[in-house]
Amino acid sequence: MALPRVNVVVVGAGAGGGVVAKELAEAGLTVVLMERGGWPRYDRHNDDELVSQRSPALGNPYGPDDARHRRVVVNPDGSTSVVLPSEGAYSNNAGCVGGGTVSYGAMAWRYMPQDFRMRSTYGAVEGSTLADWPLGYDDLEPYYEKAEYEFGVAGDYSQNPFGAPRRRPFPMPAFPYNREGRLVVEATRRLGLHPFPIPMLRNSVPYNGRPACIHMRSCVGFACPVDAKSGSQNTVIPRALATGNCELRTGCVVAEIRVDDRGRARAVRYFDPEGRGWEQECDLVVVSASATETARLLLNSKSKLFPNGAGNNRDWVGRNLQGHGYTGAFGTSEAEVYEEAGPGATVAICDYNHGNPGLVGGGMLANEFIVLPYSFCDVRPPGEPRWGKAHKDFQRRFYKRVMRLYGPVQEIPNFSARVQVDPTVRDAWGIPVCRLSGARHPYDQKLGEFMSANAERILREMGATRTWRGRFGTGLSGGQHQAGTCRMGDDPATSVTDRYGRVHDIDNLFVADASLHVTNGGFNPVLTIMALAYWVSGHIASGWKGGGFR
Amino acid sequence: MGVQPQDPTPPATPGVSRRTAIRMIAVGSAGVAAGVGLTAVVARRDRGPARPRLFLSAREEATLSAFCEQLIPGDDVPGAVEAGVIDYIDLQLVGPHSRYQGLYRAGILSLQKTSLRLHNLPFEDLDGPVQTELVSRVEKGGCPADLWGDPSSGAFFGVVLDHTRQGFYGSPRHGGNRGYASYRMMGLAYPNLIGQNRPQAGRG
Repeated sequence: MALPRVNVVVVGAGAGGGVVAKELAEAGLTVVLMERGGWPRYDRHNDDELVSQRSPALGNPYGPDDARHRRVVVNPDGSTSVVLPSEGAYSNNAGCVGGGTVSYGAMAWRYMPQDFRMRSTYGAVEGSTLADWPLGYDDLEPYYEKAEYEFGVAGDYSQNPFGAPRRRPFPMPAFPYNREGRLVVEATRRLGLHPFPIPMLRNSVPYNGRPACIHMRSCVGFACPVDAKSGSQNTVIPRALATGNCELRTGCVVAEIRVDDRGRARAVRYFDPEGRGWEQECDLVVVSASATETARLLLNSKSKLFPNGAGNNRDWVGRNLQGHGYTGAFGTSEAEVYEEAGPGATVAICDYNHGNPGLVGGGMLANEFIVLPYSFCDVRPPGEPRWGKAHKDFQRRFYKRVMRLYGPVQEIPNFSARVQVDPTVRDAWGIPVCRLSGARHPYDQKLGEFMSANAERILREMGATRTWRGRFGTGLSGGQHQAGTCRMGDDPATSVTDRYGRVHDIDNLFVADASLHVTNGGFNPVLTIMALAYWVSGHIASGWKGGGFR
Repeated sequence: MGVQPQDPTPPATPGVSRRTAIRMIAVGSAGVAAGVGLTAVVARRDRGPARPRLFLSAREEATLSAFCEQLIPGDDVPGAVEAGVIDYIDLQLVGPHSRYQGLYRAGILSLQKTSLRLHNLPFEDLDGPVQTELVSRVEKGGCPADLWGDPSSGAFFGVVLDHTRQGFYGSPRHGGNRGYASYRMMGLAYPNLIGQNRPQAGRG
């Protein structure tokens, strides 16, 4: 069934889509914002560790649900497994209004200038598609600033000599260090490193009509009960709706972008909450559905000129899937270091993001978010018994005495880590599902070991009585930091979109999420997703001629 | 959103005690239960209102209870069984964990047969140290190969260990962690009240 035509359909109301909806609605375009999930509600799942976006033992509180969604994972031996959203291999990101920004840890990192120039900084890496972005930090800086002010970021870079240049200070003062954080600060300074407060998309003081943080221990993985955490659901999306130009359609699952025989996006086909099929005609489409789901939607959108999916005539859609291996080290302490003040991560160092002798890239290290009791069962030195009295004794003796420094390692992209659509498995709406295959580039392990060794050295300096290193697997990466599957670039032969997120050869189809990332930095990616969404929508709004697009 | 309603269990029949309920189940499943190992379970479970089982038979419950109690044993704070881990597992097996029904059914049977083969006694009737040794075999290998197929003993161990932890450390709304026993053990304030962090709660 057809609906009245609108200017723009935005697919996905997460970090990217919320920004695009708001920017284009404020520019006077009529916008339909499609979201497969619903509005998040804190009281439905509160602080339940088993229904947490971080440990979804009984399901994801903020979607997607296990009943209607599936993915296929190709195992290293070539066999395949069908996996559910609550299983790690699914590589889930949240599915609700606000997307991952509802339940994230809310670290608000700008990438560093080198993160946009990985190839020219470090040269080629064998077996990798490492490349420079088609834009630089300076291009994105005003949009980072806009994201920091419109969402709300608390931070202070005065102690961070590695911070990229910024025109304005953070809109809110930084959060104080916690007990563990103070130990990190003292130890890292003694080692000649440069600790500083983690910038956070979280209110340190009342900001934009929302209150200051109340420091729930259950923060990361959960919604905030007082909305002190800044997500698109409590910032840009309400502003988009307030313009009167944006309609949010929740519970709506987009199956396909209709691309006509002249190569223009004409409509999206979707299912409403009752499962009825609709077509929404529009002048342009912006896809902001996450690196896995954006790629899936493009691949499922076949047309005469694009028989292998929208923008996929050169087989780059879905390629270069990356995320972040997380590693660092742990140490036990004689004295209690736990503090009942969530989310717990307060201090970081960027000494190891770049300039590591003989290495390509690096990563940020921070003290960790509070780990809740069930998840703490896996915080163990190697060889420690997993059960019995020893398990219980470790839980009660060390729950408040384990220190941790951890962080995301910048991954080296590779062409074979990819999203495809499965030829047979479909979701509850009959739409072909994601098929994930490939593995991390082996180089990531080398970087991971380097970062873990540095973290362990700091923990020893902090006085840890026993230390051990973390590590991450060699398999496919993705998860909540998923990125890279619709790479932006100047050359259509080696990218999916141009530098403004416009899909090559389809003038009115855009991508605005981490799919665009050429590389994913050694940082949590969300502020970059937001900044890119401002960048893409700024380009669309400036090219908008009214009633049509360029 | 894929999450089982908090308590789909019909209210227990008024006046029926836990002890009676277990006897009724045992009688109801006739020869299967055969009374073996039931005594220990009844003794251990004689507390509070009963939650009728939705998946586990009385015999399975007896074996699984002893197994889970090995994973998180009781001491001055409750162990797995007293904290409600079996309630949790049974409830979730007809909810979000229904895909593990086959694993529990086959794995518990394999465990029972393994115990009979090696020790001529049901697992739940073995002495504690003997149980511990057998759990180690289930975890690391060394069980008679012909008694374990799908699941392998290691796969069974991994799932039961994970679910035992969930039941012991998760929110009581799912049937386990009775009285926030594990939170009390770890010195965490409970329940977690919005805007009222209480750092000194518990015994630390």
